Amino acid sequence: MNWKMWSLKKSVWVFHVNCGACNNCDIEIVNLLTPKFDVERFGIKLVGSPRHADALLVTGVGTKQAARRLQEVYRQTAKPCVVFCMGACACGTGIFEGAYHVAGPVDEVVKEVDPNAIIAYVPGCPPKPEAMISGVVKALAAI
Amino acid sequence: MITEVATNLFWILIFPGFVFTLAVGLVASWLVRKVSALVQYRVGPPVYQPAVDVTKLMGKEILIPQDAHRAVFVVAPLVGFSGVLLLSTMLWLVGVQITFVGDIIVALYLMVLPSLALILGSSASGSPHATIGAAREMKLVLSYELPLVLAFVVVIIKTAGGLEPGEQLSLVALSQQAPVMSISGLLAFIVALLCVQAKLGFVPFDIAESETEVASGVMIEYSGALLAVWKLMQAMMLVALPLFLVVVFLGGIGISVGGLLGGIGKYLLVVVLVILIKNTNPRVRIDQAMRFFWFYCGGALVAAVILATLGNYYGLAWL
Repeated sequence: MNWKMWSLKKSVWVFHVNCGACNNCDIEIVNLLTPKFDVERFGIKLVGSPRHADALLVTGVGTKQAARRLQEVYRQTAKPCVVFCMGACACGTGIFEGAYHVAGPVDEVVKEVDPNAIIAYVPGCPPKPEAMISGVVKALAAI
Repeated sequence: MITEVATNLFWILIFPGFVFTLAVGLVASWLVRKVSALVQYRVGPPVYQPAVDVTKLMGKEILIPQDAHRAVFVVAPLVGFSGVLLLSTMLWLVGVQITFVGDIIVALYLMVLPSLALILGSSASGSPHATIGAAREMKLVLSYELPLVLAFVVVIIKTAGGLEPGEQLSLVALSQQAPVMSISGLLAFIVALLCVQAKLGFVPFDIAESETEVASGVMIEYSGALLAVWKLMQAMMLVALPLFLVVVFLGGIGISVGGLLGGIGKYLLVVVLVILIKNTNPRVRIDQAMRFFWFYCGGALVAAVILATLGNYYGLAWL
């Protein structure tokens, strides 16, 4: 493992993108920063700009309005970066499957921009904070 | 001649300069995160976290926006970084009392350089968020420079009696005295501490960088190694600015073992004070910050200047 990968795994800065979520997953994501879970122990930090981010936490189904913005945010993110699909909607459109406003599951939207994007999935409605931490750990171990 | 150049390079690059300040700065920025975590009943990051963050940023892609002025965008972080580097080298040399020409006015100018570089870099990036951030940073600089200069005026008046003519502005001479042990000096120290808070861009004065409103404002477009330079600059400011307060107000750092330990204690005291202010206050608006610095801090300092002058005139050291 080279130093780039090692340091990337030790310090994952996260940008949170809401693509039409019901806010449930977002609340659980914010929960990760609270004293109970405190992901800053592992160097995970929420940042305000996609340029600073190493991971995009995408929640929501990817609506037609949000999809283009998500693609733009993905282009703006400094590579290498990982896209995390948080929750059932982001993983595979969930209960909104086939609805009129859906542009597609998040992974397809991102892959339109970059076919080689690294995408990880954390299903659940909403996924528990423990599940999110586990998902991030597994994804980082797999890279 | 060659040995002189070599010693100067050693000073700037290794011991009090680049490597040393960088190491102390990274530990200090860990201290900020760890103490903040403890205040919030969290565990906080491990001690090597800031170093890993910077290493990671060095390996990332550098994105330069299409609308950016490329040269200024790339050079601005380096300008700010070199300003802090010079300032901290100078302060360490003064702190351990190696003879060195450096007066308070040079230090004041070098302290403005990081803010100027931030304004320059963010204006060059062509992003509307960064523009708002730059405007706020500019107003913040205008707000805190006046009280900061007044605070140093208090120190100069206070220490003028004990110094030889022509030495009143020299940092080495100032570092022998501890003007904080008087009413006017204490007032000036408190105000200067708040100004340092604003210079470091910490809450309650992180208006230019506020993540929730303008998405990291001034730094929004920076990524990769350029962002790493900004982060290093901030880490080194965390060394230089509290050290400056120690040198000017708290009697500096001695060369003896006791003096060195006392100096480290004073530095830690200032840093922890800054962190606690950061963690117990909400962010203020730019107009509130301006009113606070100009009217309240400015008023307090005018009182301090009068007190210090009266104290000098009547020979009352405690005034």
